[in-house]
Amino acid sequence: MARLMKHHLFWPLTMLAGLLLFNLCYSPDFFSIQIRNGHLYGSLIDILNFGAPLIVVAIGMTLVIATKGVDLSVGSIVAITGALACMTLSKSSDQNGFAVVLLAIVISLVLAIVLGLWNGLLVSLGGIQPIIATLILMVAGRGIAQLITSGQIITVSSPRYNYIGAGSLLGLPFSVFIVLAIFITALLLTRKSALGLFIESVGTNSEASRLAGIRSRAILISVYAFCGICAGIAGLILSSNVSSADGNNAGLWVELDAILAVVIGGTSMNGGRFYLSGTLIGALIIQTLTTTIYMIGVPPEITLVVKAFVVLVVCLIQSEAFRKKIFERRKYRKYSDKAEVTRHA
Amino acid sequence: MEEQRPILQMTDIHKQFPGVKALSNVQFRLFPGEVHALMGENGAGKSTLIKVLTGVYANDQGTVELEGRTISLQSPQNAVELGISTVYQEVNLCPNLSVAENIFIGREPRRYGRILWKEINRRASQLLKERLQLQIDVTKPLHSYSVAIQQLIAIARALDVSAKVLILDEPTSSLDQNEVKQLFQIMNQLKNEGLAILFVTHFLDQVYEMSDRITILRNGEFVGEYLAKDLPRIDLVSKMIGKELHMLEDIPKTTEGRIGMDEVLIQATALGRQGVIAPFSLQIGKGEVVGLAGLLGSGRTELARLFFGADRTDQGELKLGDVGGTVQSPKQAINQGIAFCSENRKTEGIIENLTIRENIILALQANRGLFRTIPRKKQDEIAEEYIKKLNIKPSNPEHLVKNLSGGNQQKVILARWLIMQPKLLILDEPTRGIDVGTKAEIQKLVISLSREQQMSFLFISSELEEVVRVSDRIAILRDRKKIQEMNGQEISQHNVLQAIAGGNSTHG
Repeated sequence: MARLMKHHLFWPLTMLAGLLLFNLCYSPDFFSIQIRNGHLYGSLIDILNFGAPLIVVAIGMTLVIATKGVDLSVGSIVAITGALACMTLSKSSDQNGFAVVLLAIVISLVLAIVLGLWNGLLVSLGGIQPIIATLILMVAGRGIAQLITSGQIITVSSPRYNYIGAGSLLGLPFSVFIVLAIFITALLLTRKSALGLFIESVGTNSEASRLAGIRSRAILISVYAFCGICAGIAGLILSSNVSSADGNNAGLWVELDAILAVVIGGTSMNGGRFYLSGTLIGALIIQTLTTTIYMIGVPPEITLVVKAFVVLVVCLIQSEAFRKKIFERRKYRKYSDKAEVTRHA
Repeated sequence: MEEQRPILQMTDIHKQFPGVKALSNVQFRLFPGEVHALMGENGAGKSTLIKVLTGVYANDQGTVELEGRTISLQSPQNAVELGISTVYQEVNLCPNLSVAENIFIGREPRRYGRILWKEINRRASQLLKERLQLQIDVTKPLHSYSVAIQQLIAIARALDVSAKVLILDEPTSSLDQNEVKQLFQIMNQLKNEGLAILFVTHFLDQVYEMSDRITILRNGEFVGEYLAKDLPRIDLVSKMIGKELHMLEDIPKTTEGRIGMDEVLIQATALGRQGVIAPFSLQIGKGEVVGLAGLLGSGRTELARLFFGADRTDQGELKLGDVGGTVQSPKQAINQGIAFCSENRKTEGIIENLTIRENIILALQANRGLFRTIPRKKQDEIAEEYIKKLNIKPSNPEHLVKNLSGGNQQKVILARWLIMQPKLLILDEPTRGIDVGTKAEIQKLVISLSREQQMSFLFISSELEEVVRVSDRIAILRDRKKIQEMNGQEISQHNVLQAIAGGNSTHG
């Protein structure tokens, strides 16, 4: 049991299970999944579907945080890529043409990579602290998205494009497959090559890594670029799901949810060790929480308060220092009792 | 003296970490007005004992008595409040704050909730002047002063919180000889004022110069407590390492059987970097050990870093074999077969959150690039081989490096470079803060690698004895300039010292 508790997925999984259990008690048909028109329907499927953009963003964020950095600009990148893709579609005569949709996807993702590279260059060559470096794009990015859409909400009617975020394959939402593909890619990239080791090494101590012959800067730049492309993909999923681009609100605050997911998943903000599977669970916890709050009908004015409170509890349970403190206080009490007994005896 | 009551008494201290018994049945006492040396090899439990004493760790069993009363230490702050203050090996103050702020941080004099800056500065400079004879500008940031001064400032802070017990953990390992002298004067003065000082050091000379009493630990166990004057040096060392002393004998300096030393491996010509080190020329032969001697700050490290490309060179050239040019990055240097162990183990050496295995294979993997990964089985083999070869403890390759003692961390970094089979290995203070046994092991390793595998070394150390022992040739630096080279018979501690001090030097 002790060894099980030490596993890095123990607490995240326990909390996810706890949340699901709560939902089950609250509404017994929470777990029920129906088949309608060959598609699966149910709350769990919704969580996977609506959680897809967050999970994708959080996967990229995990690697950035592992390098002792953070990327605040992901929300803006989500907005920009969505805007660019929809803009490209709406400008063409045949919005549903295969070539047009492909072009929209490709140029949006290229832009996402460029934006990620920009962050990476500011951090690695510019030597700017990540939180500041990415703050620049976080603020400017909303403006860029507005520029692209000329301040309007652009709607497109393109079933092909819509498929990315709302289509289904083998009965499951297509976005689930995108998530899986990215998760597996990230896992293979970091664990089958030496990239994971280098990221953890640079994140723990970049100077020592440089002296060991690792190209710290190249690692940093590529990690931010990867995070950029993840945010870009999330932007496509989101905008295609609603067939529109809203430069102002798309991906709003997703960076905070993503950071939270990473931390809940067991990766420390101090960099070093990272856990992609933990992040996956962390993102699911957050999405489940959001769904739960809507489902149990918390008044909209206080949903954020409720969410914040649950997150606080989750983080406290996750914190080793906090657990230790509670545990040690108990131990210390025992210890002082014993000391008193011997003194009197 | 024996009749006096100890101010501090630790009895039957036990401390267990998961899988390791760090301390068992350890006794320690400290009398007012004495300097008590705590001796032991790396991993003997010195640090753990100090951490128990300063409230960082809670002991599992045993009692700590201060002035006859049992105390239970719950946190470092708690220890400080009770009068137990510590000055660590690596000064743990805030480098960006001013000297005065560092002394008073956490207990600033206030009036109406407002901090009295004038009062802080006045009291800080008074404190430093009166108790430590140190006259410096207390409003300057701490990092603008040398490590030696920083250490004195740390001591001043400890004194000002009315310390009864002062713990000095390896205070001298980054000081030069004059600074050590200054520190010792102050220690003597404090001792005469009745302060009890626990002194940890690896320098035997300093132990005998300073301490009245010695407690020895070995493998977490209490070996004994002795009066320094009754314990011959040879006994001290053999009690610490628990074996006979053949390993400490002088390594005979012979050129017999040395081949290839005339063959130049690497040649630096007028290599330099503006404002860091004046242009110098230095050649290193195949299988040769070249020592760098000089005071701290004389440019030894800076010179070595140019060889490794850790800093950019802006003049001169470095020729390796027939290849000319300079190395502009560590990666390039490594490709050329140059390796570098930094003097700053913590900040430039180990990757503390990774395991021993990962730390060992790191440079090799970096050299192979991203995609030619070393298979896990191979990694385990390499790690296990070197853990055995260098006697790294604990021997489990999956242990996190941050939990290792300093000496073992050093060995991990050595292993990292040895598996690369470099042509030139640069060792910057490889034995700093390391116990006698490990020190001798590392020196022996250098010598045997240079003889048997024709590996060349650039060896930097503040300990003259060590440089003299291992080097075939010594380059002497002063004031960021290479001033002299010494060969063969010329090499002796006396000659090197004189060269370092310079002919007409009045301040050393």
